Amino acid sequence: METKLNYRIAKSKGMNWLIILLSALCVLPLVFILIYIIKAGIGAINWNFLVSIPKPVGEAGGGIANALIGTAIIILCATVISVPVGIICGIYLNEYKKSKIAYWASICVDVLQGIPSIVMGIIGYLWLVLPFGGHSAISGSVVLAIMMLPIIIRSTEETLKLLPDSLKEAAYALGMPFQRVILKVIIPCGFSGIISGVMLSVARVAGETAPLLFTAFGNPYVEMRLTQPMQTLPLLIFNYATSPYTDWQNLAWGAALVLLIFVLALNLLTKLITRRWKVQL
Amino acid sequence: MESTIIKTINYNSYFGENHVVKNVNIEIPRNHVIAVMGPSGCGKTTFLRGINRMHEMTAGAHASGQILLNGEDVMELHPIVVRLKIGMVFQRPNPFPNLSIYDNVIAGYKLNGIKLPKDERDRIVEESLTKVALWKEVKDSLTKKGTFLSGGQQQRLCIARAVAMQPEVLLFDEPTSALDPISTATVEELFIDLKKNYTLIIVTHNMQQAARVSDRTAFFYMGELVEYDETKQMFTGPKDERTQNYITGRFS
Repeated sequence: METKLNYRIAKSKGMNWLIILLSALCVLPLVFILIYIIKAGIGAINWNFLVSIPKPVGEAGGGIANALIGTAIIILCATVISVPVGIICGIYLNEYKKSKIAYWASICVDVLQGIPSIVMGIIGYLWLVLPFGGHSAISGSVVLAIMMLPIIIRSTEETLKLLPDSLKEAAYALGMPFQRVILKVIIPCGFSGIISGVMLSVARVAGETAPLLFTAFGNPYVEMRLTQPMQTLPLLIFNYATSPYTDWQNLAWGAALVLLIFVLALNLLTKLITRRWKVQL
Repeated sequence: MESTIIKTINYNSYFGENHVVKNVNIEIPRNHVIAVMGPSGCGKTTFLRGINRMHEMTAGAHASGQILLNGEDVMELHPIVVRLKIGMVFQRPNPFPNLSIYDNVIAGYKLNGIKLPKDERDRIVEESLTKVALWKEVKDSLTKKGTFLSGGQQQRLCIARAVAMQPEVLLFDEPTSALDPISTATVEELFIDLKKNYTLIIVTHNMQQAARVSDRTAFFYMGELVEYDETKQMFTGPKDERTQNYITGRFS
């Protein structure tokens, strides 16, 4: 009896350690990537790096201002396009769970999420770049917006699913029409979840390279017009890291660090917002 | 002479094929408390939700017959109009978690986009909270969230929210089943006060509650309105055998 009990206690302890070990194993790759990129990129970063554009091969210095501005513009446009569509679709999927359209839309969202980003890039090239006669920032935004959609839709739907029906009933019992119930009760109560979905989707596409290779294309200069090719951080990293010049490679490491910091900051901010704005049900 | 405020004529309601409320004819007098009781699944809640057209919100649900509110058929009116005249309080307190106590009371105005001057709003909030005996407890914390209150206070807040809309009828769907005994007693006392201005229809599982608060009681069984009489009469000398069996606890 005694030995049996001891064996069980030991087994339980062993299990505990195994879980800790495996969890640590999950974190390790991230830690190593972080250390490596910080080491390689920190030397390149200074004020000049953030505000000037890349210099030609052979000249020292140069920065990533064009990519920073381009990333900001392209992501902003993608967000403007995807947020209304995504949130409305998420609301629809939650409100009309049993409808045929919702059933098919839900399947489409899953499939959309699984489409490789390079395929999205090619589609963007065929449908947007070719018909409008040239690479443009806006075509990149549209492709990124489509990639953001599944994340926004799913997170909106999951958030609203957690709101109790009693909340909706309370609103209807006060004589509120459908659109007011949605706008004044459902969305405000699920706001933190919806907004965190949006931010996660931004973090997700901020590092996308493949779809932009065919659409936004890249640009060595600062470009503000949406109809023109534009540089983004991942594009700059891709182009400069694969170049044979040490100067450019250093620039790419610096840009990688900036991108990484941006994505990490977005993730932390999302956590903060979810906690701060969470509606206590 | 008391006047009838609600009268149903051959009212039936269904969930898909399921006939839940069967041919109910009932007359409800103004400024009375009516208790609706019966065993689980007897259709009492469905009947209640039919009165303010909440029943049809469920997928597959439909109804037939007439429900007259002051002689006007509720089934012909727009649900929104009906729900402004007939308020509802639910089983579990459901204040809007994103709104303050103050905003919860005037939620019916605020969320419907009805603009009121500030002193008018203040008046409605104070009056409604006073009517539900909550004003003294919360007047210093009106800006706190509604969910900050205790369960019993939340339920009274929900009643205040319904009262603020100046309805004629208030429907209560087992309003105390999620509350502790003391909160239950407070809410029950409230019913007596509220009937001065409103007509109350209360669905309850609790026979003692029906006996304590109501003027008249309706007994539902298997979707039928079996008996409807003065509460005293109902509990001392029920006419139907099924009613007798129910109030003597032979089934529940």
